Amino acid sequence: MLGRLTFQSLPLYSPIALGGALITILGGVAVVVLITWLGQWRYLWREWFTSVDHKRIGMMYIVVALVMLLRGFIDAFMMRTQQAIAFDSRGYLPPGHFDQVFSSHGTIMIFFVAMPFLIGLINIVVPLQIGARDVSFPFLNSLSLGLTVAAAGLVLISLVIGKFSTAGWSAYPPYSELKFNPGEGVDYWIWTILISGLGSTLTGINFLVTIIHRRAPGMKLMRMPLFTWTALCTAILMVFAFPALTVASGLLALDRYLGMHFFTNGHGGNMMNYINLFWMWGHPEVYIVVLPSFGVYSEVVSTFSAKRLFGYKSVVYATMAIAFISFTVWLHHFFTMGASANINAFFGIATMIIAVPTGVKIFNWLLTMYRGRIVLTVPMYWTVGFIVTFVIGGLTGVLLSVAPVDYLMHNTTFLVAHFHNMLIGGAVFGYFAGYQYWFPKATGFRLHETWGRRAFWGWFIGFYLAFMPLYVLGFMGMPRRLERYYVASWQPLLIIAEVGAVTIMFGILCLIVQLYVTYRNRAALRDTTGDPWNGRTLEWTTSSPPAPYNFAVLPHVHDVDELAMRKERNEATPRPLAYRDIVMPNNTGAGPVIGGLAFVFGFAMVWHVWWLAIVAGVGVWSVLIRRAFDDNGLHVISAHAVEEAELRRFPTPASS
Amino acid sequence: MNDRRTGGPAAEITAEYAKQDAERALGFWIYLMSDAVIFALLFGTYAVMVTRTVGEPSGHALFHLTHTFIETILLLLSSVTFGFATAAVTAGRRNEVLAWLLATFILGTGFIGMELSEFHGMVAQGAGPDRSGFLSSFFTLVGTHGLHVSMGLIWIAILWVQVLVRGLTPFAASRLYRLGLFWHFLDIVWIGIFSVVYLPGLR
Repeated sequence: MLGRLTFQSLPLYSPIALGGALITILGGVAVVVLITWLGQWRYLWREWFTSVDHKRIGMMYIVVALVMLLRGFIDAFMMRTQQAIAFDSRGYLPPGHFDQVFSSHGTIMIFFVAMPFLIGLINIVVPLQIGARDVSFPFLNSLSLGLTVAAAGLVLISLVIGKFSTAGWSAYPPYSELKFNPGEGVDYWIWTILISGLGSTLTGINFLVTIIHRRAPGMKLMRMPLFTWTALCTAILMVFAFPALTVASGLLALDRYLGMHFFTNGHGGNMMNYINLFWMWGHPEVYIVVLPSFGVYSEVVSTFSAKRLFGYKSVVYATMAIAFISFTVWLHHFFTMGASANINAFFGIATMIIAVPTGVKIFNWLLTMYRGRIVLTVPMYWTVGFIVTFVIGGLTGVLLSVAPVDYLMHNTTFLVAHFHNMLIGGAVFGYFAGYQYWFPKATGFRLHETWGRRAFWGWFIGFYLAFMPLYVLGFMGMPRRLERYYVASWQPLLIIAEVGAVTIMFGILCLIVQLYVTYRNRAALRDTTGDPWNGRTLEWTTSSPPAPYNFAVLPHVHDVDELAMRKERNEATPRPLAYRDIVMPNNTGAGPVIGGLAFVFGFAMVWHVWWLAIVAGVGVWSVLIRRAFDDNGLHVISAHAVEEAELRRFPTPASS
Repeated sequence: MNDRRTGGPAAEITAEYAKQDAERALGFWIYLMSDAVIFALLFGTYAVMVTRTVGEPSGHALFHLTHTFIETILLLLSSVTFGFATAAVTAGRRNEVLAWLLATFILGTGFIGMELSEFHGMVAQGAGPDRSGFLSSFFTLVGTHGLHVSMGLIWIAILWVQVLVRGLTPFAASRLYRLGLFWHFLDIVWIGIFSVVYLPGLR
């Protein structure tokens, strides 16, 4: 009846696991109680969960990302603490538990922090930047969010019921096979990956079509703002890379559930095939994660230097080059596999080549600032911090692309330092820059500056303290994922890294305080103009927050920096002579319902509760079939209603 | 939608829906490309695994050309009948659409039936997917295609009912166009399976 689910599945094996479970439960209960107490369930359901408005979906994505960032950071902090004290001792985490922690840390940070954060930013910004009223497939957008949340829920519940995978975020076989890992952990990982991967693929399709089809009249490809360009390249990568992850984790599932032999030790299995498939997704994924950040930096640097981006075309070509080359470097994740020297050389050279367009961009950003009128706002702090940090990470990456060097550094903390250098200093800094930059557009309030700067310094200094020692430790030969060690000289460096983690925690706390202080000073921080930063692109022509239909009249575009051009020519955004009816998509509950059913399905599959899996699967299909009969997914906002709304938003003649 | 001639909101919605037809088509093409990557990787995996029979039966012992040939003919014919259905949609002849869809459905069901009987026969012979790397990859590649065809059959049934009850609305016509893309795509994948899996396996 309940499959493998028994009372032994509860986390009573260690007080720390029990504590984690209780915090998860209490956190969930607290949110439910708070919403009930405020009486906001109906409002949330009607206006948010069922919403197909890209701006709201984007904000929900970012909320998911921030909540999961806390969880992922706690994991990181637990690992740092363990390693700081585990010299010649067992530390405070049992080995199996430590393994769960690093596995869930990686899984959460990639799939539930980076992905939802960048998808959230793309959702909020891209339709506004291209002058569109919504994405091409609004329901699909809501469905993608539902699937992402379902998968995040699976990771969270693994803390309460059963254990998470101990096989690392990449789940390499044969260790992740049934023979060595018979428990539910790897299954949690598999269903998390399959469900969230489906959501990401759909998002990729959605934004690819949106950017191709919904650009405002006059916006040729070479007039698209840079963030939209990076979103386009990221969408392409999502569409073509995620299938590889689906295949890798799907075949692993077939091995584990149906006793097949894709990656097993015996019976003709070939585990290297998994590692190839995984990184055929995994390397493009690195660029999926970082390209949108490049887009953010480009927008921020241009806005706050009050200059057109230096060499716009070269940045576009560099972005496209990166997107293309990112499919040809995956083997550098396993030079030590033992492929021939020529194969390693090919992938090593490709890896060095991909650093070239990335380096080009660094110069573009620097030269944009050169002789610009720089305003050092919080987004600018993140951008400048990024440029410095990312160059270091890039250089260590080129170092690792030399296969003989990689033979020495493989699997050490040098590698850990390198990719955190890229993911924190490259991707995360960009997400925070974008978060601070577009927050007023999405909500109508600027974020508090002082706390924003404090958050930046916490993250920036904390990053260096936490990861520079890991480079050194890598040279000293310390392997990654080590739960205890017997080399005395490692400990001081690991203690410095722990101090770094504490400093990053300070940065995270500042971000939370910033939200609270912003809320308290909301009157002073309100953005009434729709253009708080003297912006250059179309999103700043709308009110903050924009109307549900974004643009009462679709804009005509003549320039990359359309708004900046209008400002230079002293052209106010004209108020139209007449408004027209606008057709918009209806809200629908199908997305969240399918998300909920996907969660139940995943949970049932993890615990081998077959009847429940069948019920949930049939449920998903029923909702889809029900929707296949729904011809009336649109509604009309009358011209009169549009005019009234516009007068309320822009009482004075439109923003100039 | 029924008062299209009278103007008003319903007409605007239908017009907007029609305007978005190209977007939906492009979106579906891109989905198919993404799905094609899945098949490409499964083909690649099969190519890696084909020699890994570890003493269990190989393709030579398991495949029967006549069976596969009939299967292939069924699926190819179903693509032809779907083509006629598409032509009937363009001409606006509802009953013909229903008839050709029904024919496609029957042929597709025949294909799935033959595939299942082949699988069943292999498992009964002791050559199930859990026996060797080769058999795992064979069952997964061919089975994934079969799963797609089954989804296509469900989809045909849904649209058949829709056309029967509501007639050839612009909504149904738009959906039938994408179903057609899907169905022909599966045909192409099958040609790949026939040439990469069955033909070399017969040697």
